[in-house]
Amino acid sequence: MEYKLRTENLGLHYGDFCALKDVNISIRPQAITAIIGPSGCGKSTLLRCFNRMNELIAGVRTSGRILLDGRAVHDGAAGLTQLRKRVGMVFQRPNPFPLSVFDNVAYGPRVHGMHKGADLEAAVEKALRATALWDALKDKLRAPALGLPAEQQQRLCISRLAAVEPEVLLMDEPCSALDPIATEHIEELMRELARRYTIVIVTHNMQQAARVSSETGFMLLGELVEFGLTTAIFKNPSDKRTEDYVTGRYG
Amino acid sequence: MRKEKVIAGVLAALALTAISALAVIASFIFKEGLPIIAKVGLAEFIFSGNWHPLDGEFGILPMIVGSLAVTAGAMVIGVVFGLGCAVLLTQFCPPRIVSVIKPSIELLAGIPSVVYGFMGVAILVPLIREHLGGPGLSVLASSVVLGVMVLPTVTSISVDALQAVPRAYFEGSVALGATVWQTTHMVTLRAARSGIVAAVILGMGRAVGETMAVIMVAGNTLDLPHSILDPVRTLTSNIALEMGYAAGDHRKALFATAVVLLAIIMVLNSIALAVSRRLPAGRQAGRAAKAAAR
Ligand SMILES: Nc1ncnc2c1ncn2[C@@H]1O[C@H](COP(=O)(O)OP(=O)(O)O)[C@@H](O)[C@H]1O
Ligand SMILES: [Mg+2]
Repeated sequence: MEYKLRTENLGLHYGDFCALKDVNISIRPQAITAIIGPSGCGKSTLLRCFNRMNELIAGVRTSGRILLDGRAVHDGAAGLTQLRKRVGMVFQRPNPFPLSVFDNVAYGPRVHGMHKGADLEAAVEKALRATALWDALKDKLRAPALGLPAEQQQRLCISRLAAVEPEVLLMDEPCSALDPIATEHIEELMRELARRYTIVIVTHNMQQAARVSSETGFMLLGELVEFGLTTAIFKNPSDKRTEDYVTGRYG
Repeated sequence: MRKEKVIAGVLAALALTAISALAVIASFIFKEGLPIIAKVGLAEFIFSGNWHPLDGEFGILPMIVGSLAVTAGAMVIGVVFGLGCAVLLTQFCPPRIVSVIKPSIELLAGIPSVVYGFMGVAILVPLIREHLGGPGLSVLASSVVLGVMVLPTVTSISVDALQAVPRAYFEGSVALGATVWQTTHMVTLRAARSGIVAAVILGMGRAVGETMAVIMVAGNTLDLPHSILDPVRTLTSNIALEMGYAAGDHRKALFATAVVLLAIIMVLNSIALAVSRRLPAGRQAGRAAKAAAR
């Protein structure tokens, strides 16, 4: 079995604080992998390792290795933008730029050197179709993105990613700022996208993990306690701590 | 409850005092200045280049051009360097360095203008005279001196505006593979637009209104300047230089000069505000707002 993403003894310190300890996780391609665990256990930190976003924070030290398609993700500046093009991220709060809908989606292609109007228009349409936004927004391409409702904003952020044609989508609690109906829609979209992309979703909503993911990892205090098929994690956890968490005994 | 009312009353009184002081000043200037404009004729006053107050000729065109030229030059210098500095500090420097440098830059705003003027006369004017030609006292010298004087204002307010841009925009952009510089000019600067325009307006106000430093380096001739190396007289300089001995219509014409100055400042501010509403993002936002209004 080929894995899309793997970590080998991944560790991370914020200054003196150890946020990740010896994390070994293997993520299958074209599937949804969920990371669950109580608040502060290091889920976001792990996710942000995959596209090296933690490097923006002063005083962060990492150890171990991250492999993308079997190749180690480098440390230096080399390949950083290329990595982030391949491994995109959706944030907890929808964060469209204060630009028009079009400019938001065209942002990534422009950054990566696409400048011809016709190319951009095609890329934008394709990306908006991928998130089923095209019909709703095709007449509002010039409207400010910040004026859209929250669900459309989050979809737009996913389109913005889709426009750079990444391979992996990292989603950090992508529904926590949305209402239940919007959440359902985004989950549907995720299942749709999983046919083409490898998706890693962080959530502290266990039902959500159970609904969308095929594999689930449970984290506690910076450790990956258990990792396996979602059904196994929820129905038949092998670790006592996982069982306590999924049965709602703490969290 | 009573106490609240008293405090509110006192604050209202203070606010009213401040506003009425402004109103009194403005109406005084208009009262003194408008009659002479009416007497000379507005077109003559604004578009004539003859300023011979003792012969009853009052044309301030050279001074209007002078003020505009000097302000434009100052803004080019102030905005290029001030905004550049603000971008460097907020996007490329660690916060610790910013917290030291920003207050130092703000300190520059406290230096009396006569000191800037003195530096201009002692260093800048001879440099221009020797290397570029002309008398040295010039539009260029005034622009540079004023540009340096508005730097602290432009820099410090732009830094505030850039720092107020949500971190989420930066992260979203970088996560798409954008570099810091791409992020800066494609997102951050646009998001900070209104604050940066405020910085420019305040800087412009300072540049148009500055008097002492300009008198020292501008040359103050009454001719229309033809190049940036020519000497020039600004509206403010005109008032400051002649008010001491002016009487009668001459004195009134100086008040009229102040009226024109006020008008120019208001027009410049309105233009800057209008531009800020038009720019990118705002362009679409503005259009959408207009469509909604319809
Ligand atoms: N920038 C940071 N500096 C220092 N500590 C941090 C930073 N970000 C997160 N942490 C700490 O690391 C731990 C894990 O954080 P995080 O990955 O955000 O948790 P989660 O997403 O599971 O809620 C928390 O204890 C948090 O306080
Ligand atoms: Mg988190």
